[in-house]
Amino acid sequence: MADPMRIRANVVGDATEVKVLMNHEMETGLRKDAQGKAIPAWFIQNVAATHNGKTVLSAQWGPGVSKNPFLSFKFKGGAKGEKVLISWTDNKGDKRTDEATIA
Amino acid sequence: MNMNVKRREALKTGGSVTLFALIAAAGWAIPREAKAADSWNKAAFDTKTMDETTKALGGSTPVSSKDITFFQTPDIAENGAVVPIGVTSTIPKTESIAILIDKNPNMVAAMFDIPAGTEPSISTRVKMAQTSNVFALVKADGKYYVASKEVKVTLGGCGG
Repeated sequence: MADPMRIRANVVGDATEVKVLMNHEMETGLRKDAQGKAIPAWFIQNVAATHNGKTVLSAQWGPGVSKNPFLSFKFKGGAKGEKVLISWTDNKGDKRTDEATIA
Repeated sequence: MNMNVKRREALKTGGSVTLFALIAAAGWAIPREAKAADSWNKAAFDTKTMDETTKALGGSTPVSSKDITFFQTPDIAENGAVVPIGVTSTIPKTESIAILIDKNPNMVAAMFDIPAGTEPSISTRVKMAQTSNVFALVKADGKYYVASKEVKVTLGGCGG
């Protein structure tokens, strides 16, 4: 299982701002190791954010997203104390879900 | 006749529910996470040009738009491995935002679906192989719009 994400969710006006920092190698599959062998691709493909069971953002990523990806977005609504759920799935089928409390 | 059709629909739906239950029981799918494991548009991520990308997404040639703006995006990036890119669209009914890097081995870096209620403004960090145009491709009300910004890269992000 991959390392946990760092998620921060804050109420800003009438919206909730979510900032996520994920832990992932995001290997492109184009790099070579010291022996000249290609390092296989390993990256997050799907990301979804939900609040109260409703999807507030979904994304498809390619290997062009940086290592340890950062993501920030805002959605309308959301109150202090409520939870925001972020989950991702990578190309090896590994997945992780973390939640944060809106502050 | 109408009844029959409905019965068939019900049978079909029943069938797929059972299948899903089986998959869930086998531990392949956890319903709460099912949304994240949607699908991945391999065709779109394999593209090398804007034309190919819009074709893979099933759209027409994008129209250049001044309503798409970049924020937190540098003019010069010292490290191509981590280039912050922020995109805001003020086009009504924005449905999705994609970030494309012209000179990367594969053009599409990320695609975001914006449901109603979420602001059409996202920011993330991408890799850039070299100095290149960054495109923000926005789908709004079924049409595609595009804006670009050149980012100079001092040190490429795809080397060893």
